[in-house]
Amino acid sequence: MAKIHITTSINGEATEFLCEPHETLLDVLRNDLQMTGTKEGCGSGDCGACSVTVDGRLTCACLVLGVEAAGREIGTIEGIGSSDKLSIIQEKFLEHAALQCGICTPGLVVSAQALIEQNPNPTEAEARYFLAGNLCRCTGYDKIIRAVLDAAATMRGAA
Amino acid sequence: MAVVAYNAPQSVQEAVALLSGSAIKTKVMAGGTDLIIQSKSQTIEPLQIVDLKRIAEMMGYTLTDAGLSLGPSMCCAEFTALQDVKALYPGLVEAAYLIGSTQVQGRASIGGNLCNSSPAADTIPALIAVGAQCVIASAAGERRVAVEDFVTGVGRNCMQPGELLQRILVARPDPGTRDAYLRFIPRTEMDIAVAGAGVSVTLDHQGLCSAARVALGAVAPTAILVAAAAAALIGTSIDETAVAKAAAAASAAASPISDRRGTSEFRRHIVGVLVKRATLIAKERALASL
Amino acid sequence: MSEAREFKYIGQSTIRPDGFDKVTGRANYGADLALPGMIWGKILRSPHAHANIKSLDTRRAEALPGVLAVATHSDFPSVSDQAIESGEGSLTLLDLARNVLAKDKVLYHGHAIVAVAAKTAAIAEQALALIDIEYEVLKPVLDVREAMAAGAPLLHADMFTQGLPEKPTTASNVATRLEFKMGDIEAGFSAAEVVVEREFYTPTAHQGYIEPHACTVRFEKDGQSMIWCSTQGHFDVRASTAKLLGMELGKLKVIASEIGGGFGGKTTVYLEPVALILSRKSGRPVKMIMNRDEVFKATGPGSATRSWVKIGAKKDGSITAMQGRLAYEAGAFKGSPVMMGCMTAFTPYAVANMYVEGFDVVVNKAKVAAYRAPGAPQAEFAVEMLINELAVKLGRDPIDLRLQNAAKEGTQTIYGPKLKRVGLVECLEAARDSKHYQQALAENQGRGVAAGFWFNVGGQSSVHINMNPDGTGTIVEGSPDIGGSRASMQMMAAERPCIAPSLLKPIIGDTENVAFSAGTGGSRTTFATGMAVIEAAEDVVAQMKQRAASLWNVTAEQVDWADGVAINLAGEERLSLAEICASADRTGGQISGRGNINARGAGPSFAVHLCDVDVDKDTGKVDVVRYTAIQDAGKAIHPKYVEGQYQGGAVQGIGWALNEEYIYSKEGLLENAGFLDYRVPVASDLPMIDTIIVEVPNNFHPYGVRGVGESGIIPPLAAVGYAVEDAIGVPVTDLPLSPPRVFGLIQGSR
Repeated sequence: MAKIHITTSINGEATEFLCEPHETLLDVLRNDLQMTGTKEGCGSGDCGACSVTVDGRLTCACLVLGVEAAGREIGTIEGIGSSDKLSIIQEKFLEHAALQCGICTPGLVVSAQALIEQNPNPTEAEARYFLAGNLCRCTGYDKIIRAVLDAAATMRGAA
Repeated sequence: MAVVAYNAPQSVQEAVALLSGSAIKTKVMAGGTDLIIQSKSQTIEPLQIVDLKRIAEMMGYTLTDAGLSLGPSMCCAEFTALQDVKALYPGLVEAAYLIGSTQVQGRASIGGNLCNSSPAADTIPALIAVGAQCVIASAAGERRVAVEDFVTGVGRNCMQPGELLQRILVARPDPGTRDAYLRFIPRTEMDIAVAGAGVSVTLDHQGLCSAARVALGAVAPTAILVAAAAAALIGTSIDETAVAKAAAAASAAASPISDRRGTSEFRRHIVGVLVKRATLIAKERALASL
Repeated sequence: MSEAREFKYIGQSTIRPDGFDKVTGRANYGADLALPGMIWGKILRSPHAHANIKSLDTRRAEALPGVLAVATHSDFPSVSDQAIESGEGSLTLLDLARNVLAKDKVLYHGHAIVAVAAKTAAIAEQALALIDIEYEVLKPVLDVREAMAAGAPLLHADMFTQGLPEKPTTASNVATRLEFKMGDIEAGFSAAEVVVEREFYTPTAHQGYIEPHACTVRFEKDGQSMIWCSTQGHFDVRASTAKLLGMELGKLKVIASEIGGGFGGKTTVYLEPVALILSRKSGRPVKMIMNRDEVFKATGPGSATRSWVKIGAKKDGSITAMQGRLAYEAGAFKGSPVMMGCMTAFTPYAVANMYVEGFDVVVNKAKVAAYRAPGAPQAEFAVEMLINELAVKLGRDPIDLRLQNAAKEGTQTIYGPKLKRVGLVECLEAARDSKHYQQALAENQGRGVAAGFWFNVGGQSSVHINMNPDGTGTIVEGSPDIGGSRASMQMMAAERPCIAPSLLKPIIGDTENVAFSAGTGGSRTTFATGMAVIEAAEDVVAQMKQRAASLWNVTAEQVDWADGVAINLAGEERLSLAEICASADRTGGQISGRGNINARGAGPSFAVHLCDVDVDKDTGKVDVVRYTAIQDAGKAIHPKYVEGQYQGGAVQGIGWALNEEYIYSKEGLLENAGFLDYRVPVASDLPMIDTIIVEVPNNFHPYGVRGVGESGIIPPLAAVGYAVEDAIGVPVTDLPLSPPRVFGLIQGSR
């Protein structure tokens, strides 16, 4: 099957790739672009491990076709924090021990950032419901929610 | 179906042209949250996708004195943030808000939910409760179908090959008319509805119900409009007795199946509870809007 | 070992050394490795729960352009009935081979039959559809009652129940019968004035790790073959795979990737031997990843069980007899954790008369694997529900009744040893005194208390600590890090040398560059690998002292070590660790400390949980409104990660109690093989999980450590189960307590 040439922007960087029409954005990121920070947990939008943003909207990369990325702005975990400095959300995750195996963490960091951008002062319930699409099997969510609420408070203070 | 071709037309006419007379199976896609999963389940039959998201009119809305004119492909995250729409159609907005996780909300659309035509779709009972109309476009022009007539069976609707759901219209509710939607799931999020109830009531200044629409989801092959449940409310002040009668009528009208999400007896019982609770919420809202 | 010992570094919640990689997505898990020339493997799986394979023809698949290899069971060299330690359970080699690729018969929906490797994943998938296979469908057995009934369809014609007084002459689905006893059970019940007994049911539940199984492998005919995989035990992967493929251990290197959850489910092999065969046959590296559907259908969930338990007590509350009959589903091949259920169920109680009979039963479902304290949650659910029922019958507070009968140091266990020092009493007291327990319940709410016991294990761990000339160092250990254990290794390594933990970088070596280490499981890592780390650190300190001695021209006995510094007791000089390292080339070369141990003396961890629920009586929906997990950690090296283990175990248990279950059709097909309908708890389902770390030191570990990973999943089933019973006033016996079941119980009682 002929591959389609796609021009897009990932984490602010102009990017091109070739993909087959059936490939999801998740396939493209992981297999074609070697950006393995975005994880596959289920392939059906039920676990949130592949959370990314498309034109600023939080979504599951497994539910977006690679070809749809044309002309859009994609945001992945690789675009959060930098080698010199972690984002506040990432720091709080580490401080609060909000990860154990870490597989859900990239998706949660992306989702938490989307939450706080949309709602800088979330309640515990708002955070829990917003993040319900990110499954974690290790932590029981307690420390994740604490980290997210603490990050939001810190970001409000820093703002 | 394995996706072998992809198009992103910029107009409804272009989309309709792609849908007609294609050699391979062609489906439209808005958020793709159902379609992409379905396309992964079997990779033999080839599929062509027509992405609707670059068609401006499919993604926008207007709210006028006549009511809501909604592009069916607008994502739920955007739709549920529209405060003006929420003020007039809180039940429809809450139904749209219940579709999946935040991530799914970033893609899923009311149009997609309706056209996927699952018996358990959350927006369909809510659309029926508010009396929505579907505007269907084709090469031949346009036709309208009441939303309660749109879905014809499990995963099937009245659209023919070459047709596209172009718009969803909802008349503006008068003061005293408001809706509510509730669904039952075993967890707090992330489940398909075990049962759903969309209710709209109209109260006059004496607090008497002059009109009502009660629609049920996930308890029959399609969402159903239950006239008997509405009749139990009309002419009453939506007191405890009337509500109980409406709930009983709803349970009686349901023909649920037993599956991995619930037994038929349980669904039949739950839909009655949901009708009761949704009716009371709609009543509160209707009174507040007077 | 002193009780209230002062530590310099132990006991802090440090930032884990692998943290940066984990929060940025840089950490590499099982599916994250690509090799040049890599091809993709996919597996054809059985659409039937029970069937004979009448014919199998792969020629059309092999002919598809892009297909480079095909593998079936016949590609295993003939395997014997040799037992192989496969992580937390034992499995005969033949059973393992037949589970990995079916031989002649498929025994569960999703059972692997044929594997194909092709240039792309899509081509491999297409090739599966070209495999011609004919089945003779057989009637499946789907629960223990069916399987044990006379005339039941048999999974294995050569299965004769072991452990019966007389060897049976007819084949059966009961692989093993076990018996544990102590005292005189009949006398015990004769002495009882109050008796409670019930039968309970727990469903098949999956560990639910978010990362599917994945591996990238490369077979080298003349050199070192390599497996990169997500596993809890890479040495076990090496052992199993080498045995299955008839390879020498030295010819196979296994690298443990970061692991995205395991909970016992990644202590065996599924893809790795298959991928290696495909690599051998194609001459290319092969990547295989399970999709979520395959994970649920064809890995190893936790056993469904039916347990009958009977408890007798005097009116004054002293328990005189405990008896049980436990039947556990093993899945398609023998080896459920019924024995551990038998051993742990009554162990929280000091009772003289006990009798437990256990049955390991095969059914047409996926072969079970370990799931966090394997076997214990199911049996303890039954026991703890009955203890609570007994408390009500006796008019006693449920914590008080447990305190009266609690196991302590010196209590004789049913499985042999007497308990050493343990912390159950302290956990019960903490529960009784907790804020949670003082909280009043609202209408429609109920409360459940439950306890749990897990032995924890020790075992083999190997560590070396390699120092660098600048005083930094590397801790090379062999325990895949599932939950943040590297942070604890760092602290334990730093404590005795008394240098900043951040100077020592822990890494997990592969099977070539670290000596043998048993898998991460059994709550052994902080205990046993920690002990090996401490031993290696002591070795480093001893060598530091020797080097200093040689620089000062004194004997090693004249050198002390404190605060990171060697002290010349015969003079005034001091040398820091960094200085000794800087001059190590002059004193004998760079310093490397070693600890290769087979750790003994693992201390059990008791846990007590409190759960409050709110029940919507019109719908049967249960909300957990308050939860406290109390557990004895001996000594919490990293308190936040210890809390994390308590919370994680609690939530898995809550899921098991409320909504998680495998749902099968009458034909034995799994209907909910995805996260949509296999309902693990989501963030909005739960409150904060409060924790209390009790520390009753384990004197067999230098720092008092007890493993904590597993006990936390044991109490929740009854804590939640009894809370619901308390709320609705109806006995609860079957899990999960999904809304239809709870509503049915409420309705049934009206």
